[in-house]
Amino acid sequence: MAERVGRPAPRGLLGRILDSDLFYSFSRSPVTVLAALVTAVMMGAAAFAPWVAPHRPFDLATLDLLDAFLPPAWMPDGDPRYLLGTDDQGRDVLSTIIYGARVSLLVGFAAVFLAMFLGVALGLVSGYMGGTVDAVIMRIADVQLSFPTILIALLIDGVARGLLPRDLHEEMAIYVLIFAIGVSGWVQYARTVRGSTLVEKRKEYVQAAQVIGIRPWVIMLRHVLPNVMGPVLVIGTIHLAIAIITEATLSFLGVGVPATQPSLGTLIRIGNDFLFSGEWWITIFPGAALAILVLSVNLLGDWLRDALNPKLR
Amino acid sequence: MIGFVLRRLLQSVLVMLTVALIAFGLFRYVGDPINNLVGQDTSAIEREQLRKKLGLDDPFVVQFARFVKNAARGDFGISYRHRRPVAELIVERLPATLELSIVAALLALLVGVPMGVYTGLHRDGFLSRTFMTLSLVGVSLPTFLIGILLILLFGVVLRWLPTFGRGEVVAIGWWTTGLLTASGLKALIMPAVTLALFQMTLIMRLVRAEMLEVLRTDYIKFARARGLSNRAIHFGHALKNTLVPVITITGLQLGSIIAFAIITESVFQWPGMGLLFIQAINEVDIPVMAAYLVMIAFFFVVINLAVDLLYYLVDPRLRVDREQAAGHG
Amino acid sequence: MAAEPSAPLLEVRDLRVEIPTRRGVLVAVDGVSFHIDEGEVLGVVGESGAGKSLTGAAIIGLLEPPGRVAGGRILLEGRRIDDLDAESMRRLRGRRIGMIFQDPLTSLNPLYTVGRQLVETILTHTELTPGQARERAIGLLAEVGIPSAAERFDHYPHQFSGGMRQRVVIALALCANPRLVIADEPTTALDVSIQAQIIALLKRLCREHGTAVMLITHDMGVIAETADRVAVMYAGRIVEIGPVREVIKAARHPYTIGLMGSIPLVGHDVERLAQIDGAMPRLDEIPEGCAFHPRCPHAGARCRRERPERIRLGDSEVACWHAGELEGAGALTAGRRRREGEAAARAAERPPPLVELRDLARHFDVSAPFLTRLFSREGRKILRAVDGVSLTIPKGRTFSLVGESGCGKSTVARLAVGLYRPTRGTILFDGQDYAKLDSHAAMAPVRRRLQMIFQDPYASLNPRWRVAEIVAEPIRAHGLARDRGEIRDRVRALLRQVGLSEADERKYPHEFSGGQRQRISIARALASRPEFLVCDEPTSALDVSVQAQILNLMRDLQRELGLTYLFISHNLAVVYYISDYVGVMYLGRLVEWAEARSLFARPQHPYTRMLLDTIPDLEMTGRRRAPVAGEVPSPISPPPGCAFHPRCPLADGRCRGERPEPLPRAGGGEVACHAVEEGRLPEHAPRPLPAREDAD
Repeated sequence: MAERVGRPAPRGLLGRILDSDLFYSFSRSPVTVLAALVTAVMMGAAAFAPWVAPHRPFDLATLDLLDAFLPPAWMPDGDPRYLLGTDDQGRDVLSTIIYGARVSLLVGFAAVFLAMFLGVALGLVSGYMGGTVDAVIMRIADVQLSFPTILIALLIDGVARGLLPRDLHEEMAIYVLIFAIGVSGWVQYARTVRGSTLVEKRKEYVQAAQVIGIRPWVIMLRHVLPNVMGPVLVIGTIHLAIAIITEATLSFLGVGVPATQPSLGTLIRIGNDFLFSGEWWITIFPGAALAILVLSVNLLGDWLRDALNPKLR
Repeated sequence: MIGFVLRRLLQSVLVMLTVALIAFGLFRYVGDPINNLVGQDTSAIEREQLRKKLGLDDPFVVQFARFVKNAARGDFGISYRHRRPVAELIVERLPATLELSIVAALLALLVGVPMGVYTGLHRDGFLSRTFMTLSLVGVSLPTFLIGILLILLFGVVLRWLPTFGRGEVVAIGWWTTGLLTASGLKALIMPAVTLALFQMTLIMRLVRAEMLEVLRTDYIKFARARGLSNRAIHFGHALKNTLVPVITITGLQLGSIIAFAIITESVFQWPGMGLLFIQAINEVDIPVMAAYLVMIAFFFVVINLAVDLLYYLVDPRLRVDREQAAGHG
Repeated sequence: MAAEPSAPLLEVRDLRVEIPTRRGVLVAVDGVSFHIDEGEVLGVVGESGAGKSLTGAAIIGLLEPPGRVAGGRILLEGRRIDDLDAESMRRLRGRRIGMIFQDPLTSLNPLYTVGRQLVETILTHTELTPGQARERAIGLLAEVGIPSAAERFDHYPHQFSGGMRQRVVIALALCANPRLVIADEPTTALDVSIQAQIIALLKRLCREHGTAVMLITHDMGVIAETADRVAVMYAGRIVEIGPVREVIKAARHPYTIGLMGSIPLVGHDVERLAQIDGAMPRLDEIPEGCAFHPRCPHAGARCRRERPERIRLGDSEVACWHAGELEGAGALTAGRRRREGEAAARAAERPPPLVELRDLARHFDVSAPFLTRLFSREGRKILRAVDGVSLTIPKGRTFSLVGESGCGKSTVARLAVGLYRPTRGTILFDGQDYAKLDSHAAMAPVRRRLQMIFQDPYASLNPRWRVAEIVAEPIRAHGLARDRGEIRDRVRALLRQVGLSEADERKYPHEFSGGQRQRISIARALASRPEFLVCDEPTSALDVSVQAQILNLMRDLQRELGLTYLFISHNLAVVYYISDYVGVMYLGRLVEWAEARSLFARPQHPYTRMLLDTIPDLEMTGRRRAPVAGEVPSPISPPPGCAFHPRCPLADGRCRGERPEPLPRAGGGEVACHAVEEGRLPEHAPRPLPAREDAD
């Protein structure tokens, strides 16, 4: 006898989300749930840093050089006020990490949105219009793809240094960084969106809209765009991880955000100087925070990619 | 065939010209070349003379043509900081970077491809899952952090390996190599592993994804239906089809190793081009930046050409005359 | 092989295939039992989702995970094979059981020569030396009809045409002389003329080698031509199985009876096709009792409660509680009411033309990049997809275009609705040449009056839009309603008109079956109250029973609304059913057109005759047909003169050099053929047309 396995589709938005295949695959993967949890906690802490952080590491008035180089609280000489120890200027490492993650995430998200906006727009136009527009955009993409992200970001930063006066550059550093990482990342979105647009464009619902007489840009935005966003979300998630790493790398190389406004990368660079003298916690804890954050985001991206790819089910 | 190669060649030249244009733009318009060459006390007249002598007043096209001509001969002018010809600086540091990159690339390929094939074939095996998890951790750790951790473990705690520099090098003509001395080899281990790790995980994941894709195709299903052995199907039919896209992307990845060496060189104070470039950026040493840019582009173009030719050899669909291939539809 | 002499070659008992999913276990094949004798051809027919392909995959042990055989036994030559370990099963595949898949374009490894793939397979299963294997492979290639086989041995798959590739696939499946071949839709991806060739080839080879065939298809015509016995599957079960003639001509299961009645037949003028309402249930919604009862006109209380077992009736077995009571004889032709009167009346009337295409042409530049062209010294490549087509469609009539892939029929459709701009020629709509209009605003009034229905019901609706938004789009775009309320009323009226319910407006396309989606597509096309509908293969992605629903709906709408159709199809029987006029296209040109009955009864162009000869003989009259030769050449470099001359038995010097122009044809219409003009045309094998002899 055939089992009856069908059941009525639940109503309401929440019901539909909870019933969706996406949520099902999410809830069935403990690693993904954990990653989502960790990501949420870290993002929450970063967003509410002034309320969450135990100390105010960049308020010079609260710093005491006598507290410098304190090891984590559980080690001999550790101070219970400073759970993860302090750095060379007596700043609480945990608090600097929370504030650092704030900068890292800010740069990461902003860069991803910039790259996404550029890439999706150019990819959509390229794929839908075709012809010369397509050729020009794709050739630019090809040339840019010949250079690794990190190099392009470095170059943009170098140019900014050359063009901007030194003090202004300090101030603008974070925007330069967002621009550099964002601009160097658009190609992936553009190529993916162009590819999906070419597929969607050939589908008959687009032709149906053309027959009706809908204008091309309306078709692009209302019909094609919603149908090419799935892969963009996946790339966006993975790109967030890459953007955070790139920012950290640039800051580590000393061309990223200035030390007055340190990101996780800057913290690692600062701590790196004390690695050989035994104050490992100044480097290792920001490093661990960075790795855990990126790993969680990567895990989410990986899951999303598999969950949205119907072939793998 | 000739048409294919020539088209690729022409595209490469176009890419090089575009890059040269950017490099030239950098050189000419970011900061004033004269200010960077002369001291504070140089008079306006002397500056004007130098400007004339360097041809900075010539029309844009003439200047650009001169730049390209000089660049083609390896002349990128004088470094602002080192006060030496850029070409000299680069030649000095090229061997260090190339040795590091090639060793890292080989490492990445020789470990990454077999791991990718293995995880593709045994999708749900324990070892595959372990590899996949490790690879995700590998992708999530920034290169510089891996370098730092290695230094901490093997350099500071265990004191097995040197933490910076190339060790002893032997000069063979203008080329200096660290591959022939024990200390050189020891010094190479950590930087090469650091550099290779990220590419390795990428290659592994790529090969795996392509392998899974190919194993789902109809011709693999048909091969199974004909009763071919698993060995023949996996390594005869699937692997070769996997290689086609893998070659392209792997080529690109390996090219980027040279650029990624910037980070590794910076962590390990490896005296290569990357370190030179980072210093150049920090000090806005434009001629060095421009030269480095052109160099990297050149390596990329060469690698891409090689990849295209390889592609051509692997995929008969490109080799055969289109006329014969014309079906209907 | 020590098999019992009495045991059939293959015996399947009570096979059950399950697919576990998160929402429960789906039963895709349920209690299927049948056998195949040595050298016998068993057709397995059913609509999509019936479980026929899974049955085939289960037998050869290639079910895709998570699908699994959950019960029953499979015996090959009297020995169980469903419980074999992977390695023993692998040895069986290719050697004892071969398999042929649907799509020849993807079935061959693109990176190896066909010779290598053949030799590899032969060496896997035999003790031959590589040299002998090569000999054998070349022999096989010759046997499956590949010219200059020794030379083609070293060619790669992409150097073969689709039809030739399917021949290679057959050679590969047969190269170790299996006793049974499972052919899963072997002709579905092919053009009609090649379909006929491949079926003939398969029949011949299996007869010569004594190989039994399990032929899985949705096409009753293929079954009628090929099979000895046929099993009809519905929702994972066999509902009827028996000798092919008995099942086709005297079906007993209500589903089979309905299925037969819903197939359009050339030569039968009917008002409406028999219609089975609804669609095959999804696997997660298979009803209790007899799975067919919700669609069955005879369903009683018992059908809803208890599942019928197969009982023997004559030479057939039928799973139906009413099997004995139903009169199946003539299911194929019964219930096909004649439309003589109406047809005559329509033919006599001469409505004014609504759409006129004059010397319409559309060329595409498919040249290689400039540099490649330069170095390989080749010129530009122009694909003449449509090259000088003229036709007139009277108001309220249906003009159909038929032809094989690449003939340009779909391009004509897209030109007619303005999706492409013509390279040359004019399109007159109601006397106005709208191909020349170039501003968006100028085209809008014409656009409202013409609409299109597409082939793929899964691609023609935006998956992210609700039905109400989809259907309302033309109304909004053309400003045809004053406010939301009016739009809503109009959408609901449209949904009712195409046989959907008002409640459907809130759903998304994925909640509907293929046939329902096509109804939504039609509702959208009707939303701007058009006069002219271009229908590009609107039923070719649908199952036969659903196709009948859509064809009936289209006819009803034409009658009610006075619509004019341009209908594109490769299915000649569908075209015969729906059309007033039919045009035959070959390589971008219209070679013959005429009033439908005249064209089918007295085809003149040799290509038309060839096409008509490819129609499977579903009525099993034993009609002899001329063998179909060759394949459509590439439209990029069409043969000079008459493009059909390389395949034409009547071609002479003039045909090779001079292109024939369309000339008036006996019986109305036009034909472009030198042989017709010169009167060299032989008599065509007579068809039982226009079906006077079956006047019941």
